[in-house]
Amino acid sequence: MPYYLWNMFAWLFGILWVIIVCFMTIGLLRSGHATRISERAGERAVATGAGFTVVILFALIIMSSAIAREISIVQSQPNELKVRVTGHQWWWEFQYQDDPPDHLLTTANELHIPIGRPVRMEVRSGDVIHSFWVPSLSPKIDAIPDHFNEIVFQANQVGTYRGQCAEFCGLQHAHMGFLVVAETPAVFQNWLNHQLEPSQESLSTEEQQGRHVFLSSPCVVCHTVRGTSAFGGTAPDLTHLASRTTIGAALLSNTPGNLSGWITDSQRVKPGTQMPPIDIASQDMQPLLSYLDALK
Amino acid sequence: MTPASPPTIADGRDSERLVLQHIWAPPTGPLRWFREVNAQVIGRRYIITALMFFVLGGIEALLIRIQLARPENRFLNPDLYDQIFTLHGSTMMFLFAVPVMQGLALYFVPLLLGARNVALPRLAAFSYYVYLFGGLFLYIGLLSNTGPDAGWFAYTPLSGPQFSSGVRLDFWTQMIICTNISALAIAVVVIVTALKQKPPGMSLNRMPVFVWAMTIQSFMVLFAMPVVISAATMLFLDRSIGTNIFNSAEGGDPLLWQHLFWFFGHPDVYIVFIPPMGMAAEIISTFCGRPVVGYQAIVLAEISTGFLSFGLWVHHMFATGLPQLGATIFTAASMMIAVPTGIQIFCFIATMWIGRPRLQVPLLWVAGFIATFIIGGFTGVMLASVPFDVQVHDTFFVVGHLHYVLIGATVFSVMGALYYWFPKMSGRMLDSTLGVWSFWLAFIGFNVTFLPMHVLGLRGMPRRIYTYLPGLGWSNLNLLITIGAFILATGFFLTLLNVIKSRSNGKEAGTNPWRASSLEWKIPSPPPSYTFLDVPVLPSGGPSEDEEPEGVVRGFDASRCELLMTNVVDGSPDYRYIVPGPSIWPFLLGLTSTLTFAGIAFDVRRWAPIGAALCIIMLIGWFWPTRNSRLTQTMETAE
Repeated sequence: MPYYLWNMFAWLFGILWVIIVCFMTIGLLRSGHATRISERAGERAVATGAGFTVVILFALIIMSSAIAREISIVQSQPNELKVRVTGHQWWWEFQYQDDPPDHLLTTANELHIPIGRPVRMEVRSGDVIHSFWVPSLSPKIDAIPDHFNEIVFQANQVGTYRGQCAEFCGLQHAHMGFLVVAETPAVFQNWLNHQLEPSQESLSTEEQQGRHVFLSSPCVVCHTVRGTSAFGGTAPDLTHLASRTTIGAALLSNTPGNLSGWITDSQRVKPGTQMPPIDIASQDMQPLLSYLDALK
Repeated sequence: MTPASPPTIADGRDSERLVLQHIWAPPTGPLRWFREVNAQVIGRRYIITALMFFVLGGIEALLIRIQLARPENRFLNPDLYDQIFTLHGSTMMFLFAVPVMQGLALYFVPLLLGARNVALPRLAAFSYYVYLFGGLFLYIGLLSNTGPDAGWFAYTPLSGPQFSSGVRLDFWTQMIICTNISALAIAVVVIVTALKQKPPGMSLNRMPVFVWAMTIQSFMVLFAMPVVISAATMLFLDRSIGTNIFNSAEGGDPLLWQHLFWFFGHPDVYIVFIPPMGMAAEIISTFCGRPVVGYQAIVLAEISTGFLSFGLWVHHMFATGLPQLGATIFTAASMMIAVPTGIQIFCFIATMWIGRPRLQVPLLWVAGFIATFIIGGFTGVMLASVPFDVQVHDTFFVVGHLHYVLIGATVFSVMGALYYWFPKMSGRMLDSTLGVWSFWLAFIGFNVTFLPMHVLGLRGMPRRIYTYLPGLGWSNLNLLITIGAFILATGFFLTLLNVIKSRSNGKEAGTNPWRASSLEWKIPSPPPSYTFLDVPVLPSGGPSEDEEPEGVVRGFDASRCELLMTNVVDGSPDYRYIVPGPSIWPFLLGLTSTLTFAGIAFDVRRWAPIGAALCIIMLIGWFWPTRNSRLTQTMETAE
């Protein structure tokens, strides 16, 4: 959408800039030999320029308002997908609102959407002002505490799009990204059904050992893994952590190495993050990583 | 730079000069630096201090650019980066752009009006100290890990007590209040001086464009600065005594801060943009050898800019989810402000066509100002369009846009004004070869720095991030921008070098090196402490502001400092005003009030009463009546 606007602006103003700067340059360099111009002619030229300015600006105001009207259709459409997004310092929480209340899906930092279907985002903030923005899909809308903002957008092509917080929100504003994964409706429905299930139950011995490490660590104070006794509510839901491609709000790819660095030394990876470094005994680390990797 | 003895010119009037020199003598004694109230001295201090802060802000900009040169750079940690970019914005807006304009106004408004001092010189002196100490304290804060870190815009609730603990932002709010109080005080001085001290014969519709620009700017300051002072106070009250004005959990509203801040913040952009238009008009008129075309159009355009600028703050808030109708109104206002701006630019270009331009260094900077500023104006029109804005808002596109406006207009024109007026201020010419080099390096460096930022914004790079991931298509442009920033800094550094070099070794300027016709060029360079030997009387009725004086004002009392006050509209003489002389109290009150504000940041309950008591003592000292006082205000009709 803004690309044709940008093209139009760029051409129009590019040409106007060249004209004005040419006028100025000629005016500056024609000194001495040139024929005299009367003050009257100068004033007429100024008036002409002012007239053109007014006409161009009026046209732009009308055009801009028309486009704004067209793209801000907020009536709800029957087939739209409703998702509530909550900005936190410094990660994103997504809550799929379509399902019955006992089936509310909560996930983090990775938004899956079906293509060809409008997505209505209800934009909230859990702390300071953030701004929800997916440059290739959605314009910005601020997440303001106790204000209820909405935005509707739609993806028409399968792909992964990067989103990013656009309002300065503190130390890790730079690393408050997220991914939007646009899929065909069937793939999306599979993903949704899988995500609604509780965490993996059938675990190997090592993974069971890892679950024990996890559940007896401080992790559970903040994180939830559905199907276990971990139900902390202030940090990303980890029920299907292994199904995500990134960790740390689209900061690192989700590999065991990155994950272990993130757990033990989060403040070096993302200085200021709310996640404290967790002291995990070295013999416990491998089982823990195996368990997290099993949370498909 | 006040000369020790009056310049000797063989016109047989040396005795008159001696008398004036005696009654307008600068203060003496060990505390003389602190007792100065001469508008030229205070104005020069303002300009030098503001340029010093400009250098500091520039160094911060370079640190920011080094950090952003490569993805995932670890040159600055996020905490330090946030303090530095906050201070960069606060410095450039509060400590450089506004004060440098006001300093130039203090120095040149009286000279352009043929006056011997400003109307309220002690207020000007007080204001300087509040500004100086407020700015210095902000930097002491940075050095003692108390630098503000919520951006110069300090959005709540991030800047509120829940999310920014410590005194960092308390200190910032108090120092912002200081610098804005000083801006308010100078605005009052400039308005009174411009309206009441025009020389006889200069009616309001013949006032020089620069004086008009500074008057309009000062009125805008009067309406804009109280808003940011109150907003900062509210934020401080939220932080210190729990008023919850911006706390939504207790029924406050964080968006209120944005409305208040931008109701100040947007006019502030024009507060630092209208004076450059005035300077450009003076420079263009001098170097084209004729008055600017469309004087009335320019003045009316500046007045309408002043009014319109208060009606478009919401275009900073298009992404906050406003109702669409409201947004459309602000779109229209934001675009329409381009009309008066365009008219002024067209008038300048018409003046170049009609006149005979001499492309010397000051005019070169003004030409650079017009060429770059137009781009900033165009991108501004784009940003006024809601559908476009919600895409590029808070990205590097906006960073590019605002620097095209603020560097293109404000800094380039201040550079032009520096090259133009430095000979008057110092008696020496700046080196023009160095000036041309400085201009082209700055001009090229500027465009290499800020043009690619628009592309970065369109590619999705948000503002105010301390680093970014590789592989997003931003890395190479960021490196290019950093290189450009250093070229730009080199350009400005050459001018600094030029100033240092030419101060003592430059070519003698003489009275009127540019063959200019305005009043400041009819007195020696640098001006004596009494400025004009004869207060001029201008021929009335003519269309031009630049005619030769047709007579002089006689009848000043030769035993005391007097200023001629004239009618606001037609400039006819009203009365002689006995202007206050040197005093230590402005300094003492300035120091005390800044210390009070600084103390309040740490402990409001203790320091507010102590500070208030101290300030009252200083005020009593300031206004203590003395029998033989120059403070006694009398009104007499001028002869």
